[in-house]
Amino acid sequence: MPVTVRIPAPLRPVTGGAAAVECAPGTVRELIDQLDAQHAGFRDRVMEDGSLRRFVNVFVAGEDVRFGDGIDTAVAEGQEVTILPAVAGGSAP
Amino acid sequence: MSDYRTAATALRCKECERVSELTAAYVCEYCFGPLEVLYDTERIQAVVSRERIAAGPLSLWRYRDFLPCAPDDPTAGLQAGLTPLLRAPRLAAELGLGDVWVKNDTANPTHSFKDRVVSVALEKARDLGYRVVACASTGNLANAVAAHASAHGLESYVFVPADLEEQKIVATAVYGTTLVAVDGVYDDVNRLCMELAADRPWAFVNVNVRPYYSEGSKTLAYEVAEQLGWRLPDRCIVPIASGSLYTKIHRGFRDLLETGLVEGETPVLDGAQAAGCGPVAAAYGAGLDFVSPVRPDTIAKSLAIGNPADGVFALDVARETGGSVSDVTEEEIVEGIELLARTTGVFTETAGGVTTAVLTKLARAGRISPDERVVLYVTGDGLKTLDAVASRIERVDVAPTVASFEEALGEARLVA
Repeated sequence: MPVTVRIPAPLRPVTGGAAAVECAPGTVRELIDQLDAQHAGFRDRVMEDGSLRRFVNVFVAGEDVRFGDGIDTAVAEGQEVTILPAVAGGSAP
Repeated sequence: MSDYRTAATALRCKECERVSELTAAYVCEYCFGPLEVLYDTERIQAVVSRERIAAGPLSLWRYRDFLPCAPDDPTAGLQAGLTPLLRAPRLAAELGLGDVWVKNDTANPTHSFKDRVVSVALEKARDLGYRVVACASTGNLANAVAAHASAHGLESYVFVPADLEEQKIVATAVYGTTLVAVDGVYDDVNRLCMELAADRPWAFVNVNVRPYYSEGSKTLAYEVAEQLGWRLPDRCIVPIASGSLYTKIHRGFRDLLETGLVEGETPVLDGAQAAGCGPVAAAYGAGLDFVSPVRPDTIAKSLAIGNPADGVFALDVARETGGSVSDVTEEEIVEGIELLARTTGVFTETAGGVTTAVLTKLARAGRISPDERVVLYVTGDGLKTLDAVASRIERVDVAPTVASFEEALGEARLVA
């Protein structure tokens, strides 16, 4: 089963309007490479100087990759990856 | 206020500096960085004056020249702002300080500083043509959005985790909002709201009108200066959740200096966090210029943001003003609530306990000079977090007889 990457609204113009894109399993960095190959300019929107942009958050199966291996975090078959801006406001449980 | 025209000109990304129009926006479309409102400062300077402010409404709208919007009728709806600035001599004495004041934002209509940011968000939402407002929140923001929406006859939706304490659900639902209980944790609720915001004409106050919403916090700086007789404090203690309040208070003091409404130096700004969710304090303490996210675990729920969007900007403000960002333990938070209540008569929630505890910590470490004028920003009411202190209060139980009372309280006799 492919990996599903959920695309936030501001990035959908880059993916031709797609809210979700399928990719082959790999690290987050490799997924970004795949997305950039299909949709030119994608990498530049989420990465700068070889790292994830400060305000771009990536979740693999609901976990923020910054708690794991960052863009070297492995994404397995069938897992869902979500790209989102920093969530703010209110309180956490 | 038919003579009013905002001096706001554009939105700018604080990260990549791209400029965009004053429309509904959450974060920078390009890099997701936080957006701030840009103003024509010459226009503000030409219009604003102490007299004009003093002649203005008895609410945060008296500072409308610095804000991105203002209502035609400022007396409509709930009146936020212009909360008491209390002298706190007994708190000062307890801490070995000379001149301490408490900015008591529990006195707002829904008892937290959120009334300020929601007032501005709702006004901008109406300006932009929205008829429905919404938010994701477990506390103060939910209360404020539900109440202000009802006061203005706007439809509203408040999204909460389904297992939220009943008291908090009741205190928000009572205003007639549609309360949506989501089967998930708070982060799930927030993500749902972001997806909903993308596809329907609703103003999620801290999402798609966030840059305007956050401007309301600047009024906490303007008010303190006006209430001190157009003088600046030497130091302020401010809680940090996302970092928005802390950085906007700094911006407010800068506005006053830049327009010449006050003279002097920007106050030292000390940020306050709980150790159980202190990513900014940790970064400050380690001398870093980036903030690593944490998983929150603290009773200070209204400060429990593990990935604060304005964290790095808060670090800049702390260093620029000669301040700091400190954290305190859960025990210190509760002691902070008690200290404030017992020395000033102000009952604050856990976030206010954090702020008072940081003031205590700094004072006891000898970091504050006794001749400094210090302002403690108390942002929410203790009735919202009763559990934090419920087990520590004392009561005297007596039978309905004088003998029983005297037995219980010994020396406490009437003086003849």
